[in-house]
Amino acid sequence: MTEIDATSGPAWALEIAAIRDKQDQAAFRRLFLHFAPRIKGFLIKSGSPADIAEDCAQEVMATVWRKAAQFDPSRASASTWIFTIARNKRIDVVRRERRPEPEDLPWGPEAETDQEDALVLEQETERLSKAISALPEKQRRLIQRAFYGDLSHRELAEETGLPLGTIKSRIRLALDRLRHEMK
Amino acid sequence: MNQINHHLTDSLLMAYSAGSLTEAFSLVVATHISMCDDCRARAAAFDTVGGQILDDDATEAMSESALEATLRLIGGAAPEPRTPTTRRVASTFPLPLQDYVGGDVEAVRWKRLGGGVRQMILPTSDTASVRLLYIPGGAAVPDHGHRGTELTLVLQGAFRDETDRFGVGDIEVATEDLQHKPVAEPGVACICLATTDAPLKFNSLIPRMLQPLFKI
Ligand SMILES: [Zn+2]
Repeated sequence: MTEIDATSGPAWALEIAAIRDKQDQAAFRRLFLHFAPRIKGFLIKSGSPADIAEDCAQEVMATVWRKAAQFDPSRASASTWIFTIARNKRIDVVRRERRPEPEDLPWGPEAETDQEDALVLEQETERLSKAISALPEKQRRLIQRAFYGDLSHRELAEETGLPLGTIKSRIRLALDRLRHEMK
Repeated sequence: MNQINHHLTDSLLMAYSAGSLTEAFSLVVATHISMCDDCRARAAAFDTVGGQILDDDATEAMSESALEATLRLIGGAAPEPRTPTTRRVASTFPLPLQDYVGGDVEAVRWKRLGGGVRQMILPTSDTASVRLLYIPGGAAVPDHGHRGTELTLVLQGAFRDETDRFGVGDIEVATEDLQHKPVAEPGVACICLATTDAPLKFNSLIPRMLQPLFKI
């Protein structure tokens, strides 16, 4: 296995595992220092006043602690998982709406994360990240605005130019395996 | 899982991932994803894009006491154990829909619309309405054109229109240019979850009289 950079996706996944397994406060602190200011920035760009964004970022990070055992690095990287918590917080607090969620896939107590799957997913996430950075400025702005909740589904072009095919296939494989294990 | 041929569009999945869909649209999307691993994986891919945008974003300094305040929120509690989720008991409605109906298909409080067609409007907080439709085998859904986008997800039976056949799990994403005449296939009644972000406009007099009943 390659060496893990301290601020890379796999490193964050290990910090979340340390919270789950050992209630590791130092790991939580490192996650907090990285993600909380980003969550706050994201919420402000999504239209939240700064004080609400601050409170929400704290609540999102508290959820990261509480739900650490729900995190499955073979299906989502740490940043993806934390994004979904922040997004749901925004819908809950800012829009005061429910967000219907798909039903959970069944998983048993024995379902262990496949390390190989998790590593490949991280590599795909990294590749996607580079692809987003390489997009023309105008297109990248559009995608950012979409995730700040500025654009309706009708304003989103069908063709996003995002190369999602390979990461989708990886996640699909992980889902297939999960379904197979449950049979 | 049965074969699903009609899926969500990228723009709907991206808007769902971004959290900008109405509650009514989100319910239909979440229900389809519950039935379709392909769209589940696509939605997760869009979540990954969201994660990258969050991670690359300019930071906004937290208050000095933020970490301590967050630890107080946690209050020394251990992370919740992962509860094994059990496979859903075979049902017609996936769980997100059961939440709104208050149970599976037998819990639906149908209202008659005439011609054997029935509906139940589901309560959401937004202006777009979402409803369950019950169309007897062989019966037509009132002919209508669309303003806006209409989603129709099949939960039981099947319907056909000018474009194709839609069976269990299939979702039709119709836009304003589609004038269609969906007809339930003969046999078992077709049950659909439908929503629109604009009032329907009906093309003939009688259905127009029915429109207040549809409450759309
Ligand atoms: Zn699908």
